[in-house]
Amino acid sequence: MRIEVQEAPFDFAAECGRFAEGRSDMGAIVTFAGVVRGDGMLSAMQIEHYPGMTEKAIAAIAVEAQARWALGDVLVIHRYGLLKPGEKIMMVATAAPHRKDAFEAAEYLMDYLKSRAPFWKKEQGAGGEGWVAAKDEDEDALQRW
Amino acid sequence: MEVLYFAWVRERIGLPKERIETDAATVADLVEQLRNREERYAMAFADLTALRVAVDQELTDFDAPLAGAREVAFFPPMTGG
Repeated sequence: MRIEVQEAPFDFAAECGRFAEGRSDMGAIVTFAGVVRGDGMLSAMQIEHYPGMTEKAIAAIAVEAQARWALGDVLVIHRYGLLKPGEKIMMVATAAPHRKDAFEAAEYLMDYLKSRAPFWKKEQGAGGEGWVAAKDEDEDALQRW
Repeated sequence: MEVLYFAWVRERIGLPKERIETDAATVADLVEQLRNREERYAMAFADLTALRVAVDQELTDFDAPLAGAREVAFFPPMTGG
C-alpha cells in the first residue's frame, strides 16, 4: 500500500507501469485518474487539505478496502495546491487476483476519498472564485457500501 | 488546545489556527464559547449542519467529548477526489 499527498504533478503512465509490476498472482489491475474538468469559465482549481489528517484518513480508507476485498496492492496519489484544467488531481490503483475485487475496491476508494478525505476545492474563473459544495449524491454513494 | 479552520470556515474567521484555553467538555460547548467571542465566529458557526469536525484528526460529532484532546478542526463537508 502506498499513499502520497503532494503538491507536485505525478506521472500517471509511469505510476501505472510500476504498480504491482511482476506480481503474477495479481490477475487484475484497475487504475483511475481524476482530472480537473474545464467546465465553463473555470481557469484554475485551488485544493486545500489538512496535513496530517489527510494521510491518516486515506490510509484508513485503504486499510478498510483491503479488509473488504482480496487486494494485492493499493496506490492512492492525491494532489493539493493550484491545478489547471486538464491536470490530474489524483489517482487510485488496485491490484487483485480477480477483476471484480479490483473494480469494486477502486470504486469504494473513490467514493470515500470524495467525502471522507479532508480536501476542499475552490474554483477560480472569470466570474470570481468559490468553494465547491459537497454533493448529496456523493454522500449517498457511501450508502451502497 | 490547537483549533484549526479550513476552507470557508478559515476565511470567515480569518485565521487558519489558534491556541485556545478552554474548559469545554464537548465540541458543542467549544462551539458555543467561540460563537460568543465575536461576530465572525458566530457567522462561521451559524449552521452546524454545514460543518464537520475532527478531534485529534479523526472525524467525529459535535457531541464528542474534548477531554484530553490536543487538536480540534472545523471545516465544511469535504470535496476530495
